[in-house]
Amino acid sequence: MTITPEALRDAARHMVETVPQASALGFKLISVEPSRGSIFTPWREELVGDPDTGVIAGGVITALLDHVCGLAVTSRSLEGGFLSTATLDLRIDYMRPAAPRADVTANAHCYKLTRNIAFVRAHAFDADPEDPIATAQAAFILKRAAP
Amino acid sequence: MTQQAAAQRLEQFLGRVPYVRFLGMRAELAGDEMTAILPFAPHLIGNMVLPALHGGVIGAFMEMTALAQLSVIAPSAKVHKTIDITIEYLRPGKAMTMYARADVRKVGRQIANVHVEAWQEARDKPAAALRGHFLLSGS
Repeated sequence: MTITPEALRDAARHMVETVPQASALGFKLISVEPSRGSIFTPWREELVGDPDTGVIAGGVITALLDHVCGLAVTSRSLEGGFLSTATLDLRIDYMRPAAPRADVTANAHCYKLTRNIAFVRAHAFDADPEDPIATAQAAFILKRAAP
Repeated sequence: MTQQAAAQRLEQFLGRVPYVRFLGMRAELAGDEMTAILPFAPHLIGNMVLPALHGGVIGAFMEMTALAQLSVIAPSAKVHKTIDITIEYLRPGKAMTMYARADVRKVGRQIANVHVEAWQEARDKPAAALRGHFLLSGS
């Protein structure tokens, strides 16, 4: 089964912009291709984690990294006929706080897909992709469609 | 530390972090043991078919639980910083209230090690667990 870039983009936009939590956080799809995805999160007052600095909360970065990892897995597994995926584990390292009032972007790459498991890496940054705020490593379980 | 002082610190933490209000999270204290509570709300959904809570929400809730517990036992004028977290997903988060408790394994001079477990219907059937390191802000 193959999927056209247009169909992939539609599915990805649905996943990034209409899932209630994703929509509540204001996620916007930047790009998607099989095994890769990128999502943008605009800064908002109510997403702040440290009122002294106005820096976006670590929890928002956690949700963003989980979501972009899921996007990378789904974009790759759509071609393989998987029904759904679920996060098994997610490890996040916070390198530094985001800049005050900064928007955050996250990119993910699903670098290995086995019969049952997908392995993903992602990173989040505010201005420069080479200077990440946080990096993530995740494993997802794949639920196959019944034969 | 009196119960009242602990409750004040917790209320201060929960009240001043905007993202805590965005989640709708609150907490209750029994002595210095805290139970964090995340009432179900439609904007927390990550899977509309099941429906299930967003995995990132569950992770964020447990991270905020760790930070809230640290605000009680290692009070500081500043917010402590997360260094790393490892989240283990055990069961889908149902469209209902979630609870979490933090077990602070060690508070050192600079670093705190915290384990968190989250559950819904039964304490012995956890939905997720978290292990994290936190950098303590000076008081």
